[in-house]
Amino acid sequence: MVSDVHKKIKAAFEAFDYETNNTVDVREIGTIIYSLGCFPSQTDLHDFIAEVEEDHTGYIHLDKFLPAMAKILLEHKYPPIPEDILLQAFEVLDKEKKGYLEPEELANYMTQEGELFTQEEMDEMLTALADHEKDLIYYKDILSQLTIDPEL
Amino acid sequence: MKAAVLIQRWYRRYIARLEMRRRYTWNIFQSIEYAGEQDQLQLSSFFSFMLNNFTQLNGNGPDLISQLLDPVVDPWLDRETCYNLIPVPESYTGPRLTFPLSISDTNALLSAFKEQQSLHARYVLQLLYETKKLLKQMPNIIHLSTSYTKDITICGDLHGRLDDLLLIFYKNGLPSAETPYVFNGDFVDRGKKSIEVVMLLFAYLLLYPDNMHLNRGNHEDHIMNLRCEEKSRNEIKRPGEICTEVSQTHFRAAGHRSVQQTDEKNDIDRWLSSQQQSKPQQEPKNPEPEKEAVQDQPSRQRRLHFSLLLLIVLVLLFTLLSSNSILPHASPIVDILWSDPKTQEGCSPNTFRGGGCYFGPDITQRLLLQHGLQLLIRSHECKQEGYELCHGGQVITIFSASNYYEEGSNRGAYIKLGRELVPRFYQYQVSRTTRKLTLTQRVRAAEGSALRALKEKLFTHRSELMSGFQQYDQNNTGSVSVSEWAQVLESVLRLDLPWRTLRPHLARLAADGSVEYQSCFENMEPGIPLSQVTPNLAETLFRYRTDIEIIFNIIDKDHSGLISIEEFRQTWRLFSAHLGVDIDDRAIDDLARSIDFNKDGSIDFTEFLEAFRVVHKLDNKDQQVNGKMDGEKYS
Repeated sequence: MVSDVHKKIKAAFEAFDYETNNTVDVREIGTIIYSLGCFPSQTDLHDFIAEVEEDHTGYIHLDKFLPAMAKILLEHKYPPIPEDILLQAFEVLDKEKKGYLEPEELANYMTQEGELFTQEEMDEMLTALADHEKDLIYYKDILSQLTIDPEL
Repeated sequence: MKAAVLIQRWYRRYIARLEMRRRYTWNIFQSIEYAGEQDQLQLSSFFSFMLNNFTQLNGNGPDLISQLLDPVVDPWLDRETCYNLIPVPESYTGPRLTFPLSISDTNALLSAFKEQQSLHARYVLQLLYETKKLLKQMPNIIHLSTSYTKDITICGDLHGRLDDLLLIFYKNGLPSAETPYVFNGDFVDRGKKSIEVVMLLFAYLLLYPDNMHLNRGNHEDHIMNLRCEEKSRNEIKRPGEICTEVSQTHFRAAGHRSVQQTDEKNDIDRWLSSQQQSKPQQEPKNPEPEKEAVQDQPSRQRRLHFSLLLLIVLVLLFTLLSSNSILPHASPIVDILWSDPKTQEGCSPNTFRGGGCYFGPDITQRLLLQHGLQLLIRSHECKQEGYELCHGGQVITIFSASNYYEEGSNRGAYIKLGRELVPRFYQYQVSRTTRKLTLTQRVRAAEGSALRALKEKLFTHRSELMSGFQQYDQNNTGSVSVSEWAQVLESVLRLDLPWRTLRPHLARLAADGSVEYQSCFENMEPGIPLSQVTPNLAETLFRYRTDIEIIFNIIDKDHSGLISIEEFRQTWRLFSAHLGVDIDDRAIDDLARSIDFNKDGSIDFTEFLEAFRVVHKLDNKDQQVNGKMDGEKYS
């Protein structure tokens, strides 16, 4: 069981190990952790990076990452948020109960209320989630897109 | 928890997984591309093998060899001015070029190509001839200075992408005295408009010989062009032949000289240091330190795939190798045109590509110091952002073909250098679809293409893979563990891919978590069922289909699509001798006879090879959004 976890972590890590020398850029760590099924907050991420980064080199070595990440996975430290809670979240934002959100609405919420969400992330989110013809976000439809594991 | 935060977190995870998929897809494309390039080096070595061994072919040799090599060695000898003989009909509405070229000619070319018009063969040939004449007169090294002009624009690989070239011209301006350009090789292959790209580049070269500069890349090579040649047969010319002539043009200009082979093939530094140093150039107006020009040896002229810059010293070195335009296997030229920078120090063989080397920051440092240079700008590698710096900013990779692997896979970029010699990067991305694809759709489309290509690889190595699997499965249960499965794949295919992660797309799991290895080969079948073909032979033909096609095309000099049975037999024997593949002669004969459908002693090899194209059974039922507009091959 533990070795399986290790293999999964290694596989995710290797995808970003461009030089094949067991190091990845610290900026990719968030992506790696998310792709392993965890949902850390930004603060959680910063704390984690502080723990495993190689003394401000900007790189993280597999030797430090592997045990720390394994611990997180085995302890279920940043558990995923269930799909129905996600739906509720959207419904909370959709105050008028329209069934959809307008891009500006969502943008406001994301950039003002959430954890630091950059304009770039916002633009990307809108392109990814908005219905093209109507330019609205039908959150019930995109829910499956957000939650379905894209690998399977 | 706040609703917004929740949504953000979900979104971040979603993007992370997409990014992961994008990374894997990229790796797949790159691995297969480089594996294909390795095959191409193999093919080059096959021709070298033939060159070296023809005397040993029991009397059959010389005829076949000279036949095979003739078109390769010199298809255009004494036929350079044949363009005069080609009549241009009144009905032709495309550009009619007059030489020497003027701006109206280049403008005519631009508008014609934008409107998808073709240039008549006569003008193509004439343009090539004129370009060849010009290149012959040019020195091997060209120095440009930014002290007199505004900025110099440097572009990387174009790979036949006319749209990218047009976009660059649009954003940055057409080539002129005020807008000088350097194009760093790989103008052709893979993209559909190789001829148009090359026509435009050459036309501007003729128009502004002092302000337009072209370096050679590893794709400016005869065999590479044949490998990447498109299937179309139009009246004007097959793209491969034009590109052949392009390569010839590059080569002929250098004149006929012999090549000295060196022992140290992997050390770029050593090669460059073997060049003679000339006296430093004086540039009174320029405050930069004096540069040293790297002069060519009398017996060797080469063209580099990257430019060495201090005061923009462009190294245009030509080579002519044994009087043909094929790169000899494992030569310094291959090193220069195929090598990649890495973070590890030193120099080691480039196993990923199968040719050239990896060179580290220490090598770069030494090189630059030794020759008084500041910067190395090279191309050859596709980068997601169109460019990348490494070796502490001393090496820049510039790549100008956006969406190279797939729609949305990467940006293209170009560099502008001004007086201060600080590079400025300009990025772009050509969008071919009218409807903007979402990130998800792009990743999915790219992934779909990559996986198809990968599955084909599996299919064409079926027997080797099966025997590998069976070694782990002595009890014939039909399954092996995931680790064993991954191990077999890596040892046979050598693509260095994350097999475990890709497993869900490639093979089925049994209830106990082991891999049912036969499931790798489901959903694929040959183009035309050939019952007479033994599995062993079939698979070899699948795998080397492209190579065999190239050889057939060379044999088929009159482009009729037919070769004689005897030619087929001999070619096949040679090829299998070279590969060390054990194919029964009788199997070949049977095969040849079965293919000769009309029993007239000749084979329609296109039809023959169609049988060995891998067909994906689920093609029609494919539900995925396919954002791929170009239908490019990846072999």
